[in-house]
Formats: sequence, structure tokens, C-alpha cells
Amino acid sequence: MIENLNVFAVRTLTQKEYFAPGHRACQGCAEALAVRLVAKALGRNVIVANATGCMEVTTTPLPFTAWRVPWIHVAFENTAAVASGIESGLRVLMRKKRIPSKKVTTVAMAGDGGTADIGLQALSGALERGHNFIYICTDNEAYMNTGIQRSSSTPFGAFTTTSPVGKVQMGQPTWKKNMPAIALAHDIPYVATACPSYPMDLVQKVKKAADIPGPAYIHILSVCPTGWRSAPELSIKLGRLAVETGVFPLYEVERGKYRLTIDFPKLKPIKEYFKLQGRFRHLTDEMIEEIERRVHQEYEKLKEESSKGG
Amino acid sequence: MTKPENEWTWKEIPVGNVVLEPGNTSQYRTGDWKALRPMLNKERCIHCGLCYIFCPDMSYQLDKEGYFIVDLFYCKGCGICARECPTGAITMVMEEEI
Amino acid sequence: MGKRVGMEVSIAAAEAVKQCNVDVISAYPITPQTHIVEHLSEIVANGELDAEFFCVESEHSALSVCVGSEAVGARSFTCTSSQGLALMSEITYIASGMRLPIVMAIANRTLSSPLSIWNDHSDVMSIRDCGWIQFFTENGQEVYDHIFIAYRVAEDREVLLPAIVNLDGFTLSHVIEPIELIEQEMIDQFLPPYQPLFRLHPDLPITMGAFASPAIFAETKKAQEVALISSIPIILQVWKEFGDMTGRYYQPVETYKAEDAETLIVAMGSIAETASAAVDQMREQGRKVGLVKIRLWRPFPFDAFKKAVLNSKNLVVIDRAVSVGGPGGPVASEVKSAIYGYDRRPYVYNFVAGLSGRDVTPSDFVKMVEKAEIEIEEGNREGYEIYGVRE
Repeated sequence: MIENLNVFAVRTLTQKEYFAPGHRACQGCAEALAVRLVAKALGRNVIVANATGCMEVTTTPLPFTAWRVPWIHVAFENTAAVASGIESGLRVLMRKKRIPSKKVTTVAMAGDGGTADIGLQALSGALERGHNFIYICTDNEAYMNTGIQRSSSTPFGAFTTTSPVGKVQMGQPTWKKNMPAIALAHDIPYVATACPSYPMDLVQKVKKAADIPGPAYIHILSVCPTGWRSAPELSIKLGRLAVETGVFPLYEVERGKYRLTIDFPKLKPIKEYFKLQGRFRHLTDEMIEEIERRVHQEYEKLKEESSKGG
Repeated sequence: MTKPENEWTWKEIPVGNVVLEPGNTSQYRTGDWKALRPMLNKERCIHCGLCYIFCPDMSYQLDKEGYFIVDLFYCKGCGICARECPTGAITMVMEEEI
Repeated sequence: MGKRVGMEVSIAAAEAVKQCNVDVISAYPITPQTHIVEHLSEIVANGELDAEFFCVESEHSALSVCVGSEAVGARSFTCTSSQGLALMSEITYIASGMRLPIVMAIANRTLSSPLSIWNDHSDVMSIRDCGWIQFFTENGQEVYDHIFIAYRVAEDREVLLPAIVNLDGFTLSHVIEPIELIEQEMIDQFLPPYQPLFRLHPDLPITMGAFASPAIFAETKKAQEVALISSIPIILQVWKEFGDMTGRYYQPVETYKAEDAETLIVAMGSIAETASAAVDQMREQGRKVGLVKIRLWRPFPFDAFKKAVLNSKNLVVIDRAVSVGGPGGPVASEVKSAIYGYDRRPYVYNFVAGLSGRDVTPSDFVKMVEKAEIEIEEGNREGYEIYGVRE
């Protein structure tokens, strides 16, 4: 029932929608919800650079757009580079007094494909150069827009069309790439994970990222009923279960200091998360055990990091 | 009203194919997609706003009495609101032929 | 008259970028473009130019950064060669489709494989269709001049297309030539600050880069093509204005001793200067040979080109790139297309010369013209060869 008191502060959020309805995202798309919440958190003084992907395609079919803030899409792999250009262009124009000086937040948005795979190089370059921007990865754990092909962010064992379940191989053979850790390795001031099932936590993190000078990286788990083979009505519940089972812990790292923003005395059994998704239905008990062991291991590491540095 | 894509001549498209009307997808009736529609039992509603905040299609609006009312023009019938409502005030019912 | 200085052409190009008061420079080093980028970084580090300078992590990102910065209204510059151009080629199509007036200098260098750092036109020929305005320069002065011209044309409200200034790698980029610098006040008058038609800013939220379905895509391409073709009168007018300002008048197609020529050499880039020496030699021998230089490559100057060549008998087209397995070199293919529809037109003989910077001398040109004339006389209508290959 009432899973988290945190969630009731909903009505303190702005009523304004910077992301319009009428977009073509699937029923129950949690990625669209993530984008909606990010837009609410940031308000109107933003410029968004978006990668090719589900959000780009469902929100901007010429001559329509769901965006009520300035928005640009260029290509699949260069979102961080485009955002770098936007951020530095704004900076130099304000410095040369060609546009009035005021706070405009540059945001890069890309999926797991456009971040962890094809977009990794541009992201690494932008983080290293230290641009003042927020990079948001909305992770639906596969190349969903092109028809559910695997990415390096697809979790171990998950079915995708390019990591199918067959006689010889059973789903994704590798473990999910740890993108927040990669971002953190660039020594940036803010890295966080978030999930739209915890809207206040997500909004707080996005607002914090906007206020911290320098690059910020936020990794948002986006439940995809179409690709995960789950019921659309369960998108919020699934996101919550991902957090409650430790599969997707919600934490932030501010200037090197870890903090689990949502923690539980005991993690729920991972089976509860898997059983609601068709992409995991082939998992054997052995595989589930192996996965749970590793998930708990990584969760413990995070707890340890969080407890350091009072 | 923005003209549909197949009515634009090449001269009418803005330079660089930019879209100048922010949020004009709001002209598109995604409400046609649904098979199920949410129905609100006002007596059970505690005005928490979860239905509103969890809707990926921004289909809930606060009315003057403080209830969040669904806009069927956009609602895709995903059922998230019904599932997340803490008091079970929302149920999904079959769309009827009008 | 401006100061006349001997300087390396790459440095001159960088100085021109500085004089344009560019806002964002983003580049990735690749031989032989490196001196342009290095000098630009010095200029910015010394405070001579107030700009954001980034050495990004790849050429693809270099052009992507320029797309982002140009989209918010900042005058942006990048430069590259060869493999870098090939890597960023995806974005070149996007930049022109999005009508962002970025200026890029390309120090032309051959494409791998095999890897080679020396000069030919295969890099820029691979992006013929990308939709950018493309200039070819013959000497250092032209490189310097065309940076200003490129920005002025690109940013014109009626044009709004990105522009490329091609300079031959090493042959131009690394040589010291006399450059007549233009006074800053004149540049400031010639090139006012960039006023974008559309830009990204919260005061007016627009969407750039929406996707187009089959129902609307053709219309967007037609609009883009019309924009490129319609830029010709503006290019001509800008060239005239530039000429009035400096005394150097440029044309889309320039001819040298071509008025009564029976055979015309057609060339682009710095090799044209060598060709003109050969033309002088052949004229001394009483042969009716002339030279046609294509300065404006895109949009292809059909009218000017036809006017220059239709009355001749033979065209010896010099290509600096191979269109492997195609109907000849890229320039020859386009030349043939340009004159196809006319009953009275010259024969075309195509040489690919100077691949990967192999030296082409005036006597090579003499040999090429001789061979072409003989072959055509003997009825060869499909003359094509890579000149000087050791059998």
C-alpha cells in the first residue's frame, strides 16, 4: 500500500508541465515519466540536447514537438558533445555580452545505448573537459527504440532480440555496465542514480545537479513495459522493486562522498522483481541465485562506501 | 492548429526544419489508444496526487474541488494510476463504444 | 592596402579566424591541419581572441560541439583533414540539414587505406553531397580571404548553410607565402556579428532536429537544396563586395588564357597554379591551350562553367581523387554531367594526378595535354587514367 512516505510530498512540486502530452511513447512508459519529472525539476531555463532514441522519436515527429523548453537533437552518439557546444556557446555569448547573463542549465539526455555504448566517448570527453552541464541517462536497459536489442546496460540474463533465449545461450551473457562508476572515475562533483518510482528523490537529485558547478551525471532507471515484457500498469511498481531488491540502488556521490538516498534494512528477494517481467521468465533458479549473490555483494559495497566519511 | 505532416509544402517548413510551436503534440489525441479507462471513486480519494505525478502522459489535472481528474483526450489507459492509488479510488474499466 | 607579411598559410588561416571574432573553436588534431589548431590555441591562450577553445576527443565531437554552439548563436569554427573528415562526415549532413552556418577549413589529405598524410582531394570528395557550400583555394592569400568570405556567405539570412574552405594539405597549409592582411576595421564592416534566424534560448523555446516521416521528408530536402542553389547570387555579391574592399575579385570559375583555347585543362586547388605555368609553356609553343579553375565546388556553378568550356574542343580534367570503380574521377564525372545536355560540347579526357601528394610538374601537364589530344583525336571517348603509375 503506502510504500514510501517520501512520495506524498508530490504536491509540493510545480504544477507546470514543460513536457507536453500527446507524445507517442508507449502506454506505461516510465522513461517518459522520468523526462517529465526532470523537466519539472529544472523548469524553463534549460536547453536540452537529446540523443536519438525512444524519447527523441516519440516526442518530436516533425512538425510536432512535446517540448516546451529549447531542445535539439543531432545524432545518436554525440549528445555530450552537443551539450558541450551549447554550454560553451552560452558561456562565451554571455561573456561577450551578446546575450544577457542569466542562469541557463544545459542538459544532455540520452538512453543507455547513447550513453554506455555509442555515446561513451563523447560523454568521457565532456566530463573530462569539465563542462557545466547535467548528463542524464534514461536507462531502459536495451536499444528499445530500434526493437529491443541488447546494450551494455542490459542486465545479465535478460532476453533481448540480440541476446535471445535459445538452446545454447540464455539471454544477456554479460553483467550490466556500471555507468555511474565510469562517470565517477572522471572525478566529477556529482553522480547519482534515480528512478521515477521515487519522484521526490529524483527531483531533488536533478535540482542538486543543476546547482553544482561542473559536470553532473544522473542515471535514471526507466521501466519499459514493451521491452521488459511487463504489464504497463506495473511500471512504477517495477521501478520500486528494482530499488527494494537492490538491483538498482538509489544513491548519490557528492564530491566523492557516497550516500544511499533510499536504504532498506533488508532487501526483498530478487524473484519478486523478476517474476513480473517476461524478459526474465527463462531464468533458472541457479541463475537467479547467482544474480542475487552479486546484487547483494555490490549493495554491500555501496553501503560500506556510504558509511564512510561522516 | 498545426497542419498535419502531409499537408506542408516545402516553402512552408521553417528554415532548418525547426518546430516553432512549443508543446504542440498536445493537439494529438493519444486518448484513442486506450482499451481501458480510469474511473475515480471520489469518496475514497485522499487528494495525494500520486495519480497525477505518476502519469507518463500528463493526463491528470487538479480541479477546483481539489480532485485530480483524468483528461481522456490524452489518457492511454496504461493503468498506472489505478495501480498506484493508495486507497484504490481508481479502477480501470473497459472503454465503451460511443 | 593592408600589411603584406610572409607567413605560413596555416597561421594565416588561424589569424583570419581570429579576425572573424569567432566564439567557439573545437577541433581535433590531424596532420596536416595541426598548425591551424595549434596557432588558434596560442591565440586564445594569449588573450588575443576571446573564444571558447576545445581540443575535443574526436573529430566527430569537434563538429558536434560546433553544431551545439552554433545552435545557440555562437560563431563556430573547426578544421580537419582526411580521416577526421571521414569520421565527422555523419555530422556534416546534419549540420547542413539543420542550416547551421559553421565554417570548416579542410587541409585536404588523402583517405586511408593505405594510411598517408599527403595531399589530395579524396577526403572532401567523399562528402560532395553533404550540403555544405564548398570553396577551393589556390594559394595562401585565397585561404586567408576565404575564411572571411565563408562566414559572410554562410551567415547570410538568405543562405544559412555551413561552408568549407579547402586548402591543399602541406602544399598550401605548410608553405610560407606572402599574405596581405586586411585591417580589422574593414573586416568588422565586412563581417558583422552573427545574428541567427533561430537559436536555442529559454526565451523562445524551439525544437531543432525533429525527425521527419516519409510524408514530409522530401519537402525538407527540396527546401535544403533550393537554399544551396540559391546561395550562388549571394556568393557572387559577397565576392564583389570583397573585391571592392581588397582589390581581389573572385569568381566561381576562373579562366586563364582560355578565350580561344581548343584544349582546356580543368583543375581545382593549388595544382591549378602549376597548370597555369604549363599553359604558359604550351602557349609559347603556339598551342591553343587554356586553364579553367573551379573555385566554387558546391553549389556547382553550372552557368559559369558552361560559359567557360562549351566552346572548346577538349577538356583535360585533372582529378585529385579516385572514384574507385566509377565512371572516372569525381570532378570529371561532374564536368561530364554539366555539359551532357548540349549537342555541341567538348570531349573529356580524365587524369587522376597527384594522388597522396605526388608532385605534378608543368611538364607533367604538358604530357597529359598531349596524350589527351592524341587519344581524343584517335576516337577515344572514355579517356581515364591515373597519371604516372609505374607499370
